[in-house]
Amino acid sequence: MSAFDSLSAFFAMGGHGVYVWSAWGVTAALLSLCFFQARLERRALLKALSRRARRERARAETPSTPMPTEESDDA
Amino acid sequence: MWAIVHKFGSPQWFYRLSCRLEPWCWVLAALSLGAGGVWGLALAPADYQQGESFRIIYVHVPAALLAQSVFIAMALASLVFMVWKIKVADMAAAVMAPFGAAMTFTALFSGAVWGVPTWGTWWVWDARLTSMLILLFLYLGVIALRGAFSSRQSGARAASVLAMVGVINIPIIKYSVEWWYTLHQSATFSLTERPAMPASMWLPLLIMVVGFYSFFAALTLLRVRSEILRREGDKRWVRALKEIPS
Repeated sequence: MSAFDSLSAFFAMGGHGVYVWSAWGVTAALLSLCFFQARLERRALLKALSRRARRERARAETPSTPMPTEESDDA
Repeated sequence: MWAIVHKFGSPQWFYRLSCRLEPWCWVLAALSLGAGGVWGLALAPADYQQGESFRIIYVHVPAALLAQSVFIAMALASLVFMVWKIKVADMAAAVMAPFGAAMTFTALFSGAVWGVPTWGTWWVWDARLTSMLILLFLYLGVIALRGAFSSRQSGARAASVLAMVGVINIPIIKYSVEWWYTLHQSATFSLTERPAMPASMWLPLLIMVVGFYSFFAALTLLRVRSEILRREGDKRWVRALKEIPS
């Protein structure tokens, strides 16, 4: 089934291991980087938005404090 | 017609649709990249001329295809944004650029690494390789141009224009191996002819191509939604999302 006799032959790639594994490695690394960056980006945005929502609700529930004029947290 | 365009372009509608599509794209991407990876790396037979270094084809060809497809998609999104002023199209163009650059780099890197055992050199200034390098610079230019303006609108317009003009490079890449003398071989897949390799070699390649496209689709859906959260965070429907508890 496999094209290789042993695990060491698989890693050696017929003497071309350096080329095959570096090409595959860089590809896998870049795809993973894109994936995890996108996940972290979404999580950070959701966290920032819910923090803002909590803050606004807390402010709405304590009407004695004076309202600030302009809030600039759209970062 | 206009109702359809604007419904499709509405961030809220797109957000809902992409929530439903995205998991399926990830599943398809994981399955095909896993299966294609194992098949291409361990099961496919070695090439009778190149030996095992031929297995680089399974990352090189999909990456090179994506590098060009992503640019076309980005140029189309830019066109839709410029003509119909649809914000979601601009968000899509914005999130596609870094991924396209990553795929172009992958294609160049895997090609260079493949060139050492097969051509005896990692780089030649021939038409195919040079036009791919220009594609990388076009991506970097589009990304830099978007960030170079203090107003988001100006950056978006400048990046759109460069993407639409830069798409000229795509047919040059495609036909570079036919118009000029080159070391690079011609296309592996064609719509009109059978591949010149056995099924045990081209089937895993086809699966890898499907995997890369699915990954691109899933990543774009996910990142456009993030972009919607970033730009439309003040909208009432965004505040009402269940994933933003207060």
